[in-house]
Amino acid sequence: MSLKEDLTQLREQALVRIDSATSLKELNEARVKELGKKGALTEVLRGMKDLPADERPEIGALANDVRNELTDEINKRQTELENAVMDAQLQAETLDVTLPGQPAIQGQPHVLQQIIESLEDQFIGMGYQIIEGPEVEQDKYNFEMMNLPKDHPARDMQDTFYISPELLMRTQTSPVQARTLEQHDFSKGPLKMISPGRVYRRDTDDATHSHQFHQVEGLVVDKHITMGDLKGTLLAVAHQLFGEDHDIRLRPSYFPFTEPSVEVDVSWNAVTPDTKPEDIEWIEVLGAGMVHPNVLEMAGVDSSVYGGFAFGLGPDRFAMLKYGVEDIRNFYLNDVRFLKQFDQKG
Amino acid sequence: MKVSVNWLREYMPIALPANELAEKISRTAVEVEGQYRPQGNMKNVVIAKVLSVVPHPDSDHLVITQLDAGEDEPIQVVTGAPNVAEGQTVILAKHGSVIGDGQKIRRGKLRGEKSNGMLSALQELGMDNSVAPKDFEEGIWVFNDTDAADLKPGADALEVLGFGDDILELGITPNRADMLSMNGTAYEVAAILNERPELPAFELNESSEATADLIQAEAPADLAPKYGVRVVKDVHVQDSPLWLQRRLWNMGIRPISNVVDVTNLMLLTYGQPLHAFDLDRLPAPKLQVRTAKAGEVIKTLDGVERKAAEGDIVIDSDGQALMFAGVMGGESTEVTADTQNVVLEAAIFEPKAIRHAARDQNLHSESSQRFERGVDVEATFKALDHAAAMIAELGGGTVTNGRVIAQDFDYEAPTVDITTEKINDVLGTDITTAEIAAIFERLCFTQMEQDGRFSVTIPSHRWDISIPADLIEEVARLYGYDNLPATLPTGETTPGKLTEKQRLIRDSRHSLEGLGLNQAISYVLTTPEKATQFAMDPEATPVEVDYPMSQDRRVTRGSLLTSLLDDIAYNVARKQEDVSLYEQGRVFASNGMSTMPDEIEHLAGVVTGDVRERDWDQAAQPADFFYLKGVVEQLLADYGFVDNVRFVANTDRPEMHPGQTADIYVGDQFVGFIGQVHPRVAKFYKVGQVFGFELNLTDILRMPRVKSKYEPISKFPSIKRDLAILVDRDIQSADLVDTIKQHGGTDLHDVTVFDVYTGDNVAADKKSVAYSLTFVNREHTLQDDAINAAIERMTKALQDQFAAEIR
Repeated sequence: MSLKEDLTQLREQALVRIDSATSLKELNEARVKELGKKGALTEVLRGMKDLPADERPEIGALANDVRNELTDEINKRQTELENAVMDAQLQAETLDVTLPGQPAIQGQPHVLQQIIESLEDQFIGMGYQIIEGPEVEQDKYNFEMMNLPKDHPARDMQDTFYISPELLMRTQTSPVQARTLEQHDFSKGPLKMISPGRVYRRDTDDATHSHQFHQVEGLVVDKHITMGDLKGTLLAVAHQLFGEDHDIRLRPSYFPFTEPSVEVDVSWNAVTPDTKPEDIEWIEVLGAGMVHPNVLEMAGVDSSVYGGFAFGLGPDRFAMLKYGVEDIRNFYLNDVRFLKQFDQKG
Repeated sequence: MKVSVNWLREYMPIALPANELAEKISRTAVEVEGQYRPQGNMKNVVIAKVLSVVPHPDSDHLVITQLDAGEDEPIQVVTGAPNVAEGQTVILAKHGSVIGDGQKIRRGKLRGEKSNGMLSALQELGMDNSVAPKDFEEGIWVFNDTDAADLKPGADALEVLGFGDDILELGITPNRADMLSMNGTAYEVAAILNERPELPAFELNESSEATADLIQAEAPADLAPKYGVRVVKDVHVQDSPLWLQRRLWNMGIRPISNVVDVTNLMLLTYGQPLHAFDLDRLPAPKLQVRTAKAGEVIKTLDGVERKAAEGDIVIDSDGQALMFAGVMGGESTEVTADTQNVVLEAAIFEPKAIRHAARDQNLHSESSQRFERGVDVEATFKALDHAAAMIAELGGGTVTNGRVIAQDFDYEAPTVDITTEKINDVLGTDITTAEIAAIFERLCFTQMEQDGRFSVTIPSHRWDISIPADLIEEVARLYGYDNLPATLPTGETTPGKLTEKQRLIRDSRHSLEGLGLNQAISYVLTTPEKATQFAMDPEATPVEVDYPMSQDRRVTRGSLLTSLLDDIAYNVARKQEDVSLYEQGRVFASNGMSTMPDEIEHLAGVVTGDVRERDWDQAAQPADFFYLKGVVEQLLADYGFVDNVRFVANTDRPEMHPGQTADIYVGDQFVGFIGQVHPRVAKFYKVGQVFGFELNLTDILRMPRVKSKYEPISKFPSIKRDLAILVDRDIQSADLVDTIKQHGGTDLHDVTVFDVYTGDNVAADKKSVAYSLTFVNREHTLQDDAINAAIERMTKALQDQFAAEIR
């Protein structure tokens, strides 16, 4: 048999072997057998030295062609087999992706904290400072400097936990007004502050009363602050807490530390220019007014030059309204089933 | 205060429906908290005359009545009313009627006898028993003969009783005590409606007998700046006429007798409390205002014997305290059915004295309420005269000549100055001078105005107004708050930002939430026992409130852990066994009764039950010491202290597990502790195994912190070696790590415990601990020799110091 025939036969046999390899191992064996150093092709080419010189180029070229072809075929087959292995592996690794993920352990801020923080962020954006005050307060700041002298009938509006004739659990965050006014240097600019915190009343706890609750006090004092500014500021608060399409209205009221004093209602429903007045459901959410001149004077601020507004709102009441919480005690008993419900950020 | 709209109509024409009037009052003056018609949904209730009463053949307590209800035939009704009698004018709820509680009346048979309706008492028509003139047990309502003469059988009884009136319930704020009277309310409503109120008028006829010959009075000005009396002689005390009773019960006041009813009517009309004494029951013909001596006893009109406190203001006669002045009358000189001669007292008592007595006696009456808040000083003697005239008219008596005045003063009307400019400056409006003048006019204020400068004279019935801000409020509310613009403050801008402390407290909360704890907000007031538990400062004492509402809320807390344990107990009692909570808030340490306490910011957390529930993928993860310690380590790492954080075992915290508790230090500063709550304490709170920590945030925020630092990463590979040693069980890992670090040389970068083992193959008093050591050098590749030398040094030191056995 001639070398040429040997090569042709080798090629055909090798192609069959490559094609029939069903694993990478078999394919590798085929590669060694056909193309390896001790393989069939090498064996055939060893006979080249016995050929006449003029035949060698032709046979050499043929042998190269065969080697290239077989190498290509092996590579091709290898890719096929590798893909099959990969497919099998992926098939084996298939998961039920509808099973739940490993729960990340994540806690929640308290709903009252969420409301307070949202108000803080809003007022910080409007250039306010946040100022905290003591929870055990002096009668002087809680009442007297808020224009509620001893024996003032309006003291009956608040049942107070007294500690001694001079000390009490603060009944409101308003004393922070007096403390801040006393300290503020108006030559360095206007005073704009809010003061969130816990307050206490001598009340029997029930669904709508709590001996402990929260307030956020607000105070702005400068040379030309108007009641219109108060209205605009409170409108911005209502928009923040209830949404942009809610309106507010003011009603006359009484607080010893403001004059005029108003209650502020927020519309429970959205109000558009087409809404009829009688269709708006108003809910009372906060008290406000223009700072009483006595409060300014007692804190050493000249009420003929400076004036301002103050407001006080209750995060507890907001939360009850906003989420329909039916019992104020829920906020302080900390049932985890209650706490975990308020998990929507923003 | 209840306000009858029909009564208001006597002051001015009111065309508005009651709900619109209520809305205007709410938006302009005070909140209208309720609005109703006494008749509600009642119907078919008529006036009837009792034609005959015969016994029921089958009953010893029922009778059969025939009634004239204005129809062709008499109506037969069977009733059990004990007081029914022939000739009476009564109220009949006919067949098909609806009465007070929505009950429908149908014809039927009572023990075999037809009954075509029901005779009714006022209580059955929805009137409260405290307001109805007669007790329900006394039977059906019977009109008195004088009133009955004007009533036609078949007439609408609800209308006759005044139940068609609209009643507004006003929530009077303390500054608007002027509206605690119909006159005051009429002034206000007239201002709202732009009307002029017509105040009640009366005619007083006096006999020639001088009042001063019958009674004398004495009142010190510091207790009663105004005090006067009148006498009405030969009065017949009897029921008031229907119009007066109707007026009172619609205003929520119980009719009693003509004399008492007139004083109450004057209280409602003028806001001026009056009192009537039986002249003949006075110990002596003299009244004196004085303060009580401790221990004096007065039996008040409500039948209660009350001990006066020293300083309570009383009315005296002949050395005997008769009543608490301005608060409540006394039984011994009360006007009764037998009274013939009446002394009427009108006064202004010092508000503080009244407040004092009312609080002492816990008696907050219609009178005391008004004296405390102030009354119209020009109305006092007008009310006295009006009352005397009306009692004489209704009781057939005579008013004697003149008032006996013990104390009096003239009203000096204050003037308050204000300008149009100031008003607009405060309100942010452009109200014209003419508009402002019109508003003052509507309020019946006398004013002088020139170039927008007002001088306003305040009438006596608006004693709440004394400064310009008060006038601004009057203008604002009558101008209408809806008409104010909505603007934002202009002027110098101010930067708004959290202080560093506020930011760190906020970050602490967010850290703990990220680490899986839910924020709790608990009650600050607790029991004295709980208040001192878990205290970081064993010397601290809680702040105690004077009159607690309950034993559970008496003192301020000294730790947050007590609150959080209460919270866990609440959850566990509701079958919520897996609880992870934290709280950020203050604890309190008293500095004595009159000095403000220390308020210290704390941060605490608790875990109990499983921190991770069992699921398809992994087993449940129960809370344990090291879980919570990991949380705290991460929290503390977030602060970036300059100094190292250390955990030091503490076996002596009384509320904590002695073997599972560590004090936490930053450098040498103690900042808190962590551990398992002592099982005994857990049992006290009725909870299971709880792990907790508490940190003093105030101290933590004072510790120096570093900003995050950058170090280039070494180009040379790090080398890890393991070191396993056997030591006595009570040797603490932190000490071993300290020694390893001390002797590890500069290339030792990190030491991590990766195994702690006790049990098989380890002696009972020993433990095996394995550390992974990481060596790095930034300058060159580490050589085995150098590392081996370092490990040699460490093991030697460990052997020397801890008798460690290298494994």
